[in-house]
Amino acid sequence: MNAVTPLPGASAQSLVSRFAVPAIRCAGCISKIENGLNAEPGIISSRVNFSTKQVAVTHLPELDDDQLRRKIEALGFEAQILADNPLAEEKGSTARLIRALAVAGFGMMNIMLLSVSVWSGATGVTRDLFHWLSALIAIPVIAYAGRPFFASAAMALRYGRTNMDVPISIGILLATGLSIYETATGGAHAYFDGAVMLLFFLLAGRVLDGMMRDRAREGIGALLKQAAPGAMILAEDGKTRWVASADLLPDMRMQVAAGESLAADGIIQSGTSHFDCSLLTGESEPQPKGTGDRVLAGTLNLSSPVTVRITAAGEDTTISDIARLMDEAGQRRSFYVRVADRAARYYAPAVHSLALLAFAFWMLAGAGWHQSLLIAVAVLIITCPCALGLAVPAAQVVASGALLRKGVMVKDGSALERLAEADHVLFDKTGTLTLGHPVPVDIDVLSLTQKQVALALAQASRHPVSKGIRTALLALDIEPAVLDQIEEVPGEGMTATWGGVTVKLGKPEKSEDHLSSQLTIGTDTVLLQLRDEIRPDAVAAIARLQTLGLSASIISGDNIRSVSAVSRALGLTAQAGASPQDKVEAIARLAASGRKVLMVGDGLNDGPALAAAHVSIAPGTASDVGQQAADAVFTSASLMPVALSIRVARRTMQIVHQNFALAIGYNICAVPLALTGMVTPLIAAIAMSLSSLIVVGNALRLNGSAR
Amino acid sequence: MSGLAILIPVALLMGLCGLAVFFWAIRNDQFEDLDGAARRILINEEDEQP
Repeated sequence: MNAVTPLPGASAQSLVSRFAVPAIRCAGCISKIENGLNAEPGIISSRVNFSTKQVAVTHLPELDDDQLRRKIEALGFEAQILADNPLAEEKGSTARLIRALAVAGFGMMNIMLLSVSVWSGATGVTRDLFHWLSALIAIPVIAYAGRPFFASAAMALRYGRTNMDVPISIGILLATGLSIYETATGGAHAYFDGAVMLLFFLLAGRVLDGMMRDRAREGIGALLKQAAPGAMILAEDGKTRWVASADLLPDMRMQVAAGESLAADGIIQSGTSHFDCSLLTGESEPQPKGTGDRVLAGTLNLSSPVTVRITAAGEDTTISDIARLMDEAGQRRSFYVRVADRAARYYAPAVHSLALLAFAFWMLAGAGWHQSLLIAVAVLIITCPCALGLAVPAAQVVASGALLRKGVMVKDGSALERLAEADHVLFDKTGTLTLGHPVPVDIDVLSLTQKQVALALAQASRHPVSKGIRTALLALDIEPAVLDQIEEVPGEGMTATWGGVTVKLGKPEKSEDHLSSQLTIGTDTVLLQLRDEIRPDAVAAIARLQTLGLSASIISGDNIRSVSAVSRALGLTAQAGASPQDKVEAIARLAASGRKVLMVGDGLNDGPALAAAHVSIAPGTASDVGQQAADAVFTSASLMPVALSIRVARRTMQIVHQNFALAIGYNICAVPLALTGMVTPLIAAIAMSLSSLIVVGNALRLNGSAR
Repeated sequence: MSGLAILIPVALLMGLCGLAVFFWAIRNDQFEDLDGAARRILINEEDEQP
């Protein structure tokens, strides 16, 4: 979807399109893309965002997204079209937190300025004046910056629960109320500084937490949907009309051209073609289908036009079933309780009862309600989890930043916690252990002229084999030959003439076991073998996982022949021909035997398994669904990031536990002092800041953990 | 003591100015691409489009 914005000073409207360009690495790339695009007619401006590896292009409506993508690719960068980010709203919540943090920071500094004067001995009228000024600053600041906590606490109380925000809110409100009373009665102490400082440090923790989520999600974004938006429907009278997916009905007949993907499930009525079903089944080789065969929505018709009678459309298609399955699986996992929440669950009631006990004790001891309430508030404030609130997010932000630099995007903090616990890895085959697309085994069997002809032919076709050949040749900087009369013969291949000679690239005359392609120039023929290669260093990555104590196995929807080849090469046990449901069941069996499964998969068919597993990782080439369902995404061609993220996750959990120990240790020291009424605001403030800084400093040690 | 009557409002005003500038910066996406800003300094001016 494009956002339509009127262009100032121009009559036409301009559109903004966004693209993911993962290969942006240096300042040179930025200027190359921006200058290259700005020179194109129809493009008004372009802006590279280096941090998120995205390009935003403002252009005239004449250009569509696909044309723009090709322009970026012509500049030498792979690009993917990004749909409107459905998580943009979440980003807004972090922006609100940052604004609250800024206001709290402003208030904290100014109130501190006044408080230091009071602590250093201002008395009488001056002290009262300073307290009034503090109140003047603190009340609006707390009202503004405290909203995230008050809202969350109110929500929890409405449902009869308690969370970390309840003691925070009570503490802040009581401290503020007492301070106003003290100020009005000319008392010696006001706690505005403590209350605002508490807000500032807690907000800092929330902002870190929110930033981490945003950063990972931005990178993943929402890629274009796989199922077609609609289909050409053949009416009784032989006319065709375009019908959107939502309006398709069973028994309609749709015409599917070569290169189109299906919008609904159905049975082929006429025509034969090859279908790319990799999205649904994980099968890497195109499937031949003829009259009477069942074809599914989301598969890509590769070679020739067919007429399909629809059997299921919309919500009833197999692709929708998979989406539902995934939704259910994902809901089961969302019950996972994060370490921080677990701590909060025990911590919040403890804080309340401790403060209440302190109040009751001092009342009985005859200290008077004012003094007792003061002590109770001091207990609430000093036990308030500044350091505890930072302990988890600080460690996770630093760790995920370190992983991001190594090409692993972690979606949220709980993913790191679950990664650290994983003890069995389940790999999908196609696109996960293998690269997911056929690659020429040895491109150098072709001479230079043959390469040029092959590239020119391959460029004109959408067949996965052609794509593989094209990618390999483009990587060698081959210039395509100039051909005439390029034609695609469905199921056979490409033909053309090259300076009067007939050239062909297509199915070999003798059918081979492998994916292979034959190039014919005049009378010369060359056979080019292609294979879906195993990722480089897959063996080393699996060995690394095993030294970390994780066992591994393969589960794939592909046929037994191609699965067994990979399983032999890697020395892993494998299950072939598994449906999405089978994969979920396999995970459930492992989970029932007490294993914590890490699922690594990419396809739509892995979606439910990715959502059902304890934790999941998808490669950056994964389908939209795969990336959405996984907890983390790695962008490199190597499998090493899987082992790396396990190691970093475990290191992160160590640091988190250390941080908890530090934060709790601080409380153990500080709480008795508060209970006995010995804590002055100055000591509380220093202790609070110091413990927070130590926790953040400890978390920064994770920076080098991803090496 | 009478100096305070000037100095405190001045301090507050300066703080508020800083806060206002920060809000402006957020609203204008100044923090959207921090890594990119660090690298754009390396792009030669003459390569830029006028």
